[in-house]
Amino acid sequence: MSWTWIAVAAAACFVLKLAGLLIPARVLAAPAVARVSEAIPVALLAALIATQTFVSDHRLVVDARLAGLVVAAVLLRLRAPFLVVVLGAAAVAALLRWLNLAS
Amino acid sequence: MLRAAGGIALAVGAYGLSYGALATAAGLSVWQAQALSLLMYGGSSQLALVGVLASGGTGAAAGTTAALLGVRNLFYGVSMARMLRPRRRELVPMAHLMSDESAAMAAGRRTPATARYAYWATGLAVFLCWNAATLIGALVGSVLDDPAALGLDAASSAAFLALVAPRLRERGNQAVFLAAGLVAVGCSVVAGSGLPVVLAGLTALGVLFLPTGRARAAAPEPSRGPDPVHPVLPGPAGSPPERTGQRSVRTEKRGEHR
Repeated sequence: MSWTWIAVAAAACFVLKLAGLLIPARVLAAPAVARVSEAIPVALLAALIATQTFVSDHRLVVDARLAGLVVAAVLLRLRAPFLVVVLGAAAVAALLRWLNLAS
Repeated sequence: MLRAAGGIALAVGAYGLSYGALATAAGLSVWQAQALSLLMYGGSSQLALVGVLASGGTGAAAGTTAALLGVRNLFYGVSMARMLRPRRRELVPMAHLMSDESAAMAAGRRTPATARYAYWATGLAVFLCWNAATLIGALVGSVLDDPAALGLDAASSAAFLALVAPRLRERGNQAVFLAAGLVAVGCSVVAGSGLPVVLAGLTALGVLFLPTGRARAAAPEPSRGPDPVHPVLPGPAGSPPERTGQRSVRTEKRGEHR
């Protein structure tokens, strides 16, 4: 990733923060605006999870990443801490690969 | 309040370690990973940027995804402006330190003075911990030769799931989650990497076609005591307390991690 894109993206994020402090509240008061903005992170994170788990080189793939995700879901349900969730998913994927049970 | 801020900062440290390691494993230099933590300073934005890059996406797609994840700061800003009554010269640092944590800590206060104190204390503590943890994580990530052998690709998805999990108790969000996942996977087969994530983001518009009453009514109200700001806060700040233990130390606030 080029430094230019880093600068552009960082600037965009900062402008969003500053704009919130400056614009009048009523601009964002429409319920539709609130609903869509609430759904945006859900949609983006879902897309990231889905592509990082099931896609490899433009192909659908089921591999150790799915096992890791399932483990993460179980750990989240058990209310495990963030680091435990992340390390647990990594450990399971790594173990399956090391045992040659999954790619 | 200071203890709560310290607890949040430690939890953020764990998250920053993961970000740093994933960033360098995805091909960013240590300096780039650190620059993002210093300048972009938004956990989910940064992690999403790294995720798009890791799957081969362009800088443009990665940057767009990061900016879209920063949209909720607009809404934090609106409520913070009302609560904290920033002076003119405070605007820039106050904007920069805005995060789920600082906004949530401030929103739990009753007076502007305590809200300001909570905002600055949390904001500074989280900023310092986030950046220190980024550096350590990035240095560790930069010496790994085979990230996949250590399951780092699975770790990335797990981190995203942890971020989104608290919002999946609401039915409308569940629908968006499934639709966006399907759209992203479907587009990935035909489109360039990174673009599918942005396209899937459009499914967020779909909530406008879902029945409203139930979805809104189902949104939990975690706020304690009177919270005059709350009506203008959409989901992000009004979302339920994190369920991951990382945030269980956060007894006084709510909200997703940045």
